[in-house]
Amino acid sequence: MEAVNQQKNAARGIDIESMNRGPKLNMADEKTCIEIKDFNLFYGDAQALKDINLTIPRHRVTAFIGPSGCGKSTFLRCFNRMNDLIDNVNIQGQLLLDGEELNSPAVNVSDLRRKVGMVFQKPNPFPKTIYENVAYGLRLQGVNDRQTLDKVVEKSLKGAALWDEVKDRLQSSAMGLSGGQQQRLVIARAIAIEPEVLLLDEPASALDPLSTLKIEELIYELKEKYTIVIVTHNMQQAARVSDYTAFMYMGELIEFGATDELFTNPGKKQTEDYITGRYG
Amino acid sequence: MATNQSQHISQQFEKELQDIRSRVLAMGGMVEKQVSEAMEALVTGDADLARQVISGDEEVNKLDVSIDEECIQIIALRQPTASDLRLVTGILKTITDLERIGDEAARIARMALNLAEKDRPKKNYRELHALGQHVSGMLHNTLDAFARFDVDAALQVAHEDRQVDAEYESIMRQLMTYMMEDPRTISRVIDMMWSARSLERIGDHSRNVSEHIIYLVEGKDVRHLTVEKMEKVVKGGE
Repeated sequence: MEAVNQQKNAARGIDIESMNRGPKLNMADEKTCIEIKDFNLFYGDAQALKDINLTIPRHRVTAFIGPSGCGKSTFLRCFNRMNDLIDNVNIQGQLLLDGEELNSPAVNVSDLRRKVGMVFQKPNPFPKTIYENVAYGLRLQGVNDRQTLDKVVEKSLKGAALWDEVKDRLQSSAMGLSGGQQQRLVIARAIAIEPEVLLLDEPASALDPLSTLKIEELIYELKEKYTIVIVTHNMQQAARVSDYTAFMYMGELIEFGATDELFTNPGKKQTEDYITGRYG
Repeated sequence: MATNQSQHISQQFEKELQDIRSRVLAMGGMVEKQVSEAMEALVTGDADLARQVISGDEEVNKLDVSIDEECIQIIALRQPTASDLRLVTGILKTITDLERIGDEAARIARMALNLAEKDRPKKNYRELHALGQHVSGMLHNTLDAFARFDVDAALQVAHEDRQVDAEYESIMRQLMTYMMEDPRTISRVIDMMWSARSLERIGDHSRNVSEHIIYLVEGKDVRHLTVEKMEKVVKGGE
């Protein structure tokens, strides 16, 4: 009977195995990548982040959502110490990457940013060739061997799903690419140095819907190798691309959980109000 | 998370959700009337009323189609989430069950037409009448539970369904003895059996609707569970 059914399914082109969605995600089963404990951040006297406790799982996509000014971008920037560049910032609490304190004086910030890459809202390619944009990080590290560079550039562009579109014009200026292509180029540049974590701050908000879908598809593929943290205003996007979602409001982490659960049955009323578009 | 009572920023969206909700209730009211009139036609042998119920099913079907369309519009244009999403999907399922209840009411009305032409039994279909009352009450409570998003009332419906099933079993046994005692009644008793069967199905559909209510209010899936397990899930936060 079982064999007959299998035959029928095969004849109809159905693959039951691949239809199973796999087990539901559960934080308890995840490996930790970044751990945040009792984290506070002040801009001068103003407190921007309040008592945040959160674990970001490895090789998953974690999305931060929340209204403007809720602190999600500030929080994201803490993960590669971009806030060091701002005066008056005062940080309390622990921020551990692979168990090591990010903010300790012993940490070399350049090394950290090599481990934790970042992509911004607006694509920011350098005014150089496509090739040099991707090779830039390696050249900074002193790699100048042509063969190595060729290999990495190809691999990174393929990884960023851009290779087929640019392979015949690697020596043209990156500024000639479309917005969506530029954004993927910037992602290629970020993954060329093989970071551990990729921070994406509104990576698709300046792009058209098709380019947005390509970036989302890319995020889905990248999580095989990287831990991805994404900040987005587009809730449907957070729902589509992320495995876990954190909802932030006024500097506080209101709710964190598996995305499936958070978008169908949130635990807190504030989350519910925000994702359904109601007055808080 | 219970369904959200606060207002949407988009007034239009708010209105659309209110609208499908009230239309489900209107459809429920229509179906309720169909069931009670079908039962009245059967018990009193009123052929005209039976015909009226049969043709009335058309209206129920139309509402099913149009509410379905509205829900799909909302999903396509608004991409509802959380309680809004549960409301829309809950309604999509609810109207399917209501439509089936409408079909069962029409079926009872057809049996009523058949029976109206035959000799009437001494007891005048008393047992069917009692089952019909029970099922109508259950349907009524289901619709009330939907209107108020009342989870406890929905659970109560699931309890009732078990009693309806037991009542149905006992009617079937009784009808079987009639046929054995006097084979001339077989044709009539078969129509009665179909009617009892339809009533029992209406009970099942009401129970389904009450499960949809629990899902859309609490976000908990309680389908295919025993009543005890259902209660545990709802109360225990499992």
